[in-house]
Amino acid sequence: MHPLLGQLRRILLYLIAWIPLTALLVYLLSITRQLSIEEATALAIPLCLFYAFVCLSGWYTCRATPIDRVELEKLLFTHVGGAFVASGLWVFAAWSLSWILASSISDFRGMNVRLYSELPVVFVTGVLLYLLSVFFYYVLIAVEASQKAEARVLQMSILAREAELKALKAQVNPHFLFNSLNSISALTSSDPARARDMCILLGDFLRRTLGLGEKSAIPLEEEMSLIHAFLAVEKTRFGVRLHMEETIADEALAVSVPPLLLQPLVENAISHGIANLVEGGWIRLNIGCENGAVSIAIENLFDPEAPMRRRNGVGLANVRQRLQARYGNRATFQAGAEGDHFRVAITLPAGKISEKEVAAQ
Amino acid sequence: MSSTNASRIRAVIVDDEELARQILREFLSAHPEIELVAECANGFEAVKAVAELRPDLVFLDIQMPKLDGFEVLELIGNDTAVVFVTAHDNFAIRAFEVHAVDYLLKPVGASRFEAALKRAKERLEGKAPANATPAADLAAAARPPAQYIERIPVRDGARVFIIPVAKLDYVEAQDDYVALASEGKKHLKQQTIGSLESALDPARFLRVHRSYIVNLERVAKIEPYSKDSHVAILTTGAQLPVSRAGYARLREFLDR
Repeated sequence: MHPLLGQLRRILLYLIAWIPLTALLVYLLSITRQLSIEEATALAIPLCLFYAFVCLSGWYTCRATPIDRVELEKLLFTHVGGAFVASGLWVFAAWSLSWILASSISDFRGMNVRLYSELPVVFVTGVLLYLLSVFFYYVLIAVEASQKAEARVLQMSILAREAELKALKAQVNPHFLFNSLNSISALTSSDPARARDMCILLGDFLRRTLGLGEKSAIPLEEEMSLIHAFLAVEKTRFGVRLHMEETIADEALAVSVPPLLLQPLVENAISHGIANLVEGGWIRLNIGCENGAVSIAIENLFDPEAPMRRRNGVGLANVRQRLQARYGNRATFQAGAEGDHFRVAITLPAGKISEKEVAAQ
Repeated sequence: MSSTNASRIRAVIVDDEELARQILREFLSAHPEIELVAECANGFEAVKAVAELRPDLVFLDIQMPKLDGFEVLELIGNDTAVVFVTAHDNFAIRAFEVHAVDYLLKPVGASRFEAALKRAKERLEGKAPANATPAADLAAAARPPAQYIERIPVRDGARVFIIPVAKLDYVEAQDDYVALASEGKKHLKQQTIGSLESALDPARFLRVHRSYIVNLERVAKIEPYSKDSHVAILTTGAQLPVSRAGYARLREFLDR
């Protein structure tokens, strides 16, 4: 759809822009004194009104020849050719109109003959005006494109946010639940008290994860207590095979982090590390805070010769994407194996949740 | 059937979690006709126990240290009835393709367990015939599509070796077995060369002869041998016959 034709207001603005151009044409036609001011005005006003609509056609050729995708020769050929055709039409219209005016109004008699010497001026003006309109349309197209790009960026950030929410929902791994329920089922006959404890631990963990989806950030302390609830359940399953060591800087506890950022990493360390080791192994969590950045390292022992697992890497990719979506370049994420250690290192800006945000949650 | 006492079914439980073994043990304790001969916490122990004790029935977890349940099944052959027990429902199709008796999902319910046990007994009594295809062939066929094996488990008596495919020099067919040459040794495995060929990445391994698959990284040179055949000389010094069709495939690969 033509950007000017669609709206009355835009058309009026466009025609107003033609008023000084009309005045210019009157000036050019009368400067050699071949035509009087009255003759020039009577000729210029209908002529410019006509040409204003002719120039609207430039938009379609601009759309058909995008400036960044068509080679220069073709671009010049198209628009200069268009300008010559449009201007030729204009000259013809000027000549016809002058003939009508000369023969119908007695004061203007002979102006069609006197116009002959001015026709080259009319032609050059027509070419220039047409090219000016082409330039104007290209600017318009560029503005439109940048607005579209902005909208796309906005769209992308909305998508990223949606992906994040989806990821949160998917992250409480159902197999963790199934295995835990199986353990509880085993304990009901052999050790009812422990079975009850495990039900409570599992309930505690699930309650903490519920509702986290609506929050965009939680204090690290809350994430840690979620991890402790998770580990308490896993400890029942894995017993002495699971050993967790934590070193956490006090000042890091108040820092805000996306919810369920670290829990999947601990879960990964268990399911891809500890679960594959006959004797079990350790998971080490180190969290430091300096120079306005939090550095988090999760390291675990694993068996490099373990059978392949399907979900491998999905959890890590998820955490990486969420960090990227939220912090961009201000966060870093590294994961990799060194011998029989697997290490994930994250740094993110040490922001705190404001009182307002807490209240909003 | 290798049971010494025909009236009792000898069973093994394999799971890395103590509590998961415990509940199966509890369910089995209600059945005097079943004798629990071993409990294993990982794949290696499972292969060893099956090789030494020759049980009739194995309850097998899938995700375990050392060897996963499918690799264990591949190594213990199909004289033993296997019931998979896992929290993952996405292995079910694969499990039945390798002729597992049943597939139990955790948490395991008593009635579902009884149904699985009934099916296992029917299989053991010969009502449902055991499959004659080698277990490794079934496992290769049940491999997830577009995913090639990275390692090959091999059993020698009660001992298990894991051969990473990068360390595999070549494979030679020997009757019902394949000989896997790796690091100067040859390991025998009950599997057809065709099924192993389909499980190996075709970009890294090539069938150069009816009886040989070669690791392309090991090929040092190819020399003419007779009018119709060639011989491939490996970096290890081994010489493998190359058939006319194998030579064409090899040329096609090298020209790429």
